[in-house]
Amino acid sequence: MPTPSRYWREIPQRYRMEAGKCKACGFVAFPPRVVCPACGAREFVPAKLADGGKILTYTIIRVPPRPFEDQAPYAVGIAELDDGVKLTAQVVDCDFADLKVGLRVRLEFRKLSEEGEAGIIYYGYKFVPE
Amino acid sequence: MRDVAIIGVGMTKWGELWEKSLRTIFTETALLAIADAGVDKIDSMVVGCMSSGLFVGQEHLSSLLADYLGRTPVAAARVESACSSGGLALRQGFIEVASGMSDVVLVGGVEKMTDVTGCEATYALGTAADQEYEGYHGLTFPGLYAMMAVAHMHRYGTTREQLALVAVKNHDNGSRNPLAQFPFKITVEGVLNSVLVADPLRILDCSPITDGAAAVVLCPADMARKMKKPVVRITGSGQATDTIALASRKDLTWLESTHIAAQKALAMAGRKVDEIDLFEVHDCFTIAEIMVTEALGLVEKGRGGRAVEEGLTARGGRFPVNPSGGLKAKGHPVGATGVAQAIEVVKQLRGEAGDRQVKGARRGLTQNMGGTGGSSLVHVFEAE
Repeated sequence: MPTPSRYWREIPQRYRMEAGKCKACGFVAFPPRVVCPACGAREFVPAKLADGGKILTYTIIRVPPRPFEDQAPYAVGIAELDDGVKLTAQVVDCDFADLKVGLRVRLEFRKLSEEGEAGIIYYGYKFVPE
Repeated sequence: MRDVAIIGVGMTKWGELWEKSLRTIFTETALLAIADAGVDKIDSMVVGCMSSGLFVGQEHLSSLLADYLGRTPVAAARVESACSSGGLALRQGFIEVASGMSDVVLVGGVEKMTDVTGCEATYALGTAADQEYEGYHGLTFPGLYAMMAVAHMHRYGTTREQLALVAVKNHDNGSRNPLAQFPFKITVEGVLNSVLVADPLRILDCSPITDGAAAVVLCPADMARKMKKPVVRITGSGQATDTIALASRKDLTWLESTHIAAQKALAMAGRKVDEIDLFEVHDCFTIAEIMVTEALGLVEKGRGGRAVEEGLTARGGRFPVNPSGGLKAKGHPVGATGVAQAIEVVKQLRGEAGDRQVKGARRGLTQNMGGTGGSSLVHVFEAE
């Protein structure tokens, strides 16, 4: 079981959707990085991700990993946000039959999973149809 | 650089080997490879293993495996690149012999996957993805490949039946491989009626959980010729990486790391892909083989599904892909897979592949992939 530090150091990204915008080329890195993968520069300014986008691909997980056993089946997808950033998250509040490439979604803050009754509760973002 | 030859291969039956430990599985195959090579001494050994730590709670395989092979104080290394750990071990062994650093190198791969429950194995395999930004959201490996499949189907019109045909073809080949975990045929209906794992992928689209090992012995080609051994040379080796997270890729339907690794390996060998007689590729899921055939340049982008439908990749087709049965039928003990691919090519080039022999095969290629294509290794082999 990881120590809480592994979890809380990711909180700015997972709770507040903080990204890093490259000062040199404008590439938006999510999660923030040390080196820009587009141009190699190392200076970033904080940026907040766009809160909406469209689904590029998706699936329905029927055989889940721990600690998602109680949630299956659940949908996950990759969306391209309106600022061009692509990221992976669950797609919720959506009938499986309504999932499709191009579906408009917005990001919402949700509970993801928990480590038993006394462990950490993991939070983050999920996609919800607009 | 010196020319490098494979002079010995060793593999035992793969499957759920409840009675055998990681060290025993590895040692048995290593002994077979050393006996096949007919060498007394090895200068060094390199073993690919993805996650002995998570699967059996054991690291430090360099010492463990050299010890149980009875070869201490031989130099030994364990290398890891997820499901391409075996291919990476082969490349490191190749570099070691080619450079002149060592003459006789034992290259192995091993994974013991059934000492943990299916749920724990799914977790261990999931560590090849981005744990913080894919695994954190409940993604699994079948889930990631399913998303590649949905993107490929949406963009190119690849069909559910074409995916099934990959599994049917590879099981047909695997039914002729006595060392395969699942040496039997399956049908398209059987695939389409099997249980869903991650839509649209079903259980018969997925390679299995497997215990197994594989080993080969490398030496300078000059030494192999003096030993009067059938000489199969490694004439090309290519390796490339891509982003760890699938979402970061420019194109979700394209395996850039495989494409670059193949270009590098073929350039080193001085060959075009259409000069290759058979291919052992990383069909961890049916969609993977379709995308790999495109990345290797066997077909145009988007044509991989149609290629399997038209028989292009069948054992008797223009480009035989996975005559061994592939990961799907032969099994996928992740660290061993890359080495076992090389063994199938060596057997084919020696003409020892029995009733799955590709007639007149003189040149073969292996493609081994980690994660969703975050790493790829391609090797080219030629018979003398």
